[in-house]
Amino acid sequence: MDKLSGADMLIRALQDEGVEYVFGYPGGAVLHIYDALFNQEKIKHILVRHEQGATHMADGYARATGRTGVVLVTSGPGATNAITGIATAYMDSIPMVVVSGQVQSHLIGTDSFQETDMIGVSRPVVKHSFLVKEASDIPEIIKKAFFIAGSGRPGPVVVDIPKDKTNPDDLFEYKYPKSVSLRSYNPSQKGHSGQIQKAVELLLGAEKPMIYSGGGVILGESANALTLLTRELGFPITNTLMGLGGFPGTDRQFLGMLGMHGTYEANNAMHHCDVLLAVGARFDDRITNTPSMFCPNAKIIHIDVDPASISKTIRADIPIVGDVGAILKEMTDVIRTKKSKKLNETLISEWWNQIDLWRKKDCLKIKRSSKEDQIIKPQDGVTAVYEVTRGEAFVTSDVGQHQMFAALYYPFDEPRRWINSGGLGTMGFGLPAAMGAQLAFPKSTVVCITGEGSIQMNIQELSTCSQYQLPIKIINLNNQSLGMVKQWQDMQYEGRHSHSYMDSLPDFVALAESYGHRGFKIQSRSDLKPVLEEVFSMKDKLVFVDIMVDPKEHVYPMLVAPNGSMRDMWLEKGVRT
Amino acid sequence: MRRIVSVLLENESGALSRLIGLFAQRGYNIETLTVAPTEDPTLSRLTLTTLAGDDEIEQITKQVNKLVEVVKLVDLSEGDHVERELMLIKVKTNSDQREEVKRIADIFRGQIVDVLHDAYTIQLTGTSEKIDAFIKALPQDSIAEVARSGVLGLSRGEKALSV
Repeated sequence: MDKLSGADMLIRALQDEGVEYVFGYPGGAVLHIYDALFNQEKIKHILVRHEQGATHMADGYARATGRTGVVLVTSGPGATNAITGIATAYMDSIPMVVVSGQVQSHLIGTDSFQETDMIGVSRPVVKHSFLVKEASDIPEIIKKAFFIAGSGRPGPVVVDIPKDKTNPDDLFEYKYPKSVSLRSYNPSQKGHSGQIQKAVELLLGAEKPMIYSGGGVILGESANALTLLTRELGFPITNTLMGLGGFPGTDRQFLGMLGMHGTYEANNAMHHCDVLLAVGARFDDRITNTPSMFCPNAKIIHIDVDPASISKTIRADIPIVGDVGAILKEMTDVIRTKKSKKLNETLISEWWNQIDLWRKKDCLKIKRSSKEDQIIKPQDGVTAVYEVTRGEAFVTSDVGQHQMFAALYYPFDEPRRWINSGGLGTMGFGLPAAMGAQLAFPKSTVVCITGEGSIQMNIQELSTCSQYQLPIKIINLNNQSLGMVKQWQDMQYEGRHSHSYMDSLPDFVALAESYGHRGFKIQSRSDLKPVLEEVFSMKDKLVFVDIMVDPKEHVYPMLVAPNGSMRDMWLEKGVRT
Repeated sequence: MRRIVSVLLENESGALSRLIGLFAQRGYNIETLTVAPTEDPTLSRLTLTTLAGDDEIEQITKQVNKLVEVVKLVDLSEGDHVERELMLIKVKTNSDQREEVKRIADIFRGQIVDVLHDAYTIQLTGTSEKIDAFIKALPQDSIAEVARSGVLGLSRGEKALSV
């Protein structure tokens, strides 16, 4: 058996776990670990420019691949800089292992240099965490960390390692455990067959059914199972912001995204349905609007791997806890064997007629006055990117209006193509997340749709992109203001734009070029398609496209709040249902 | 409604702070809390009381159960159970009060566990209501110091919270 130091055991354990990339930044407490990294070639280390970037890169990598993202940071500021990224992953249930250095054991608690109680600071935003007390525990802790991060409802796990536990002079016998079992953690659950039977009966008896699916379908690799079931039933379906791609976005049964900026047809179908099948979704406040007015006539079936998500905000009539994919498959099987019991075809076709009437409203039609012919609406930018990439790109976004426009105007036919910070809403997420996705899929087109506010929150990673030659296409929908904040100020604060403008913007083209990338600026609508065609033909270059868009544009539809239901929407400026 | 939640959790550093942190983070209250290792030294048993409605206690138990270090959990107040709290109370006693305090302690089946010329330390076990009643029965200006353990409980009958 090999004798290894703590640092070498850590790296060996990561290798044995099949880790491809570690996103990190060195510092005093992790120097032994970095020395161990230096002596091997299996794991590629991506040197970021800020630890927040490292966490979002690992996160983007995890979302694009389904594998666990790995981060390595030093103690103190390295660890605290990682917190926003850990919280982002936590809110969206992304599997991630964050290894943080810690000061030497005997210095813990003495306010020593670069000391932070990482376990304490990260506690509310991790699925679990470990403080390494004995170096010999490192392999088992790493095994457990990956097991916990990637199983059940996934999430980030922090492993905090005091520097003395990685000392190159202290050697231990290395053995990586093949499996791990924790008596207090048993994530695999099979859906209750009786509940599945009941759910199927309710679905088959539905007159105005609706399927609402979320990020759990993506995380549970269940998009196929969901699509099969939805086609078998012929019911309308909507996806949450996190669930886009869980069902093909260009399919006729798909009503678009739901919620605060959901489509007219999706939100109305939710409000009026009589049976709601919720899959891997958590009824959060951006979906339900006023909970007491949510789906007033619906019986609710809720499938989720996390029992705590069920009946948290909206009570489920038929809860089913367990692996989403297996449950969906079992439901489909049960329906197929129940050929004798037919759906209410007539009533369901009437329901579809009603939905088609809502659809006719064409709520996403871009509204443009005759004077605005050459003005680029942000929606134009997203639509053009969709056309040029033929809907096949990995698209990451930051947070704000551009995020909603991307979600609404770029339909996704496959899971894991749409990567955004839905739960925490982290500005600065888009670029590093795109980097993680690009590293995972070097030959694929990766687009970061962002705004001039968000991109500046992690713009330093342009330097990392240049170091590792990541040919991301950055689409900066530049409205020279914090668009979503401004929209709320327009709607709720009588247009008082308190600090929502972006003054002193850099010349983004020159900035990108200073890092060795290419830059383009687009100011007129007729230039949009031809320039983007050129941009996306530059396969080996990062291109920063600064698109000057209409600063007055709002995102619609928008749910009326407070005291609104899901059918109460603003459809354009001053026009509501 | 007052609930008594008993939790078996891994006897590891950090486990307790995770559980307490969860209560703070999600806005649940803790009225009393007591924790100690069980007969199996790798496990701790934690008992807490909280005020929660039906929906809230459902969320609390689900969220606590999700913590990786939590092995098992039971809401004792859901069924028949036995509950006890222990109190040590130091009571100042001038000469005219000494007899009265001793008599009250006897009525409540308290034990005087330490005697000074001007004070008694009394040990009392019972439900929280009984302890409250005892405190109320004492001459109010006589109470020098109170230490209560918080509530402990076991379900009645064959049910047992064990691994």
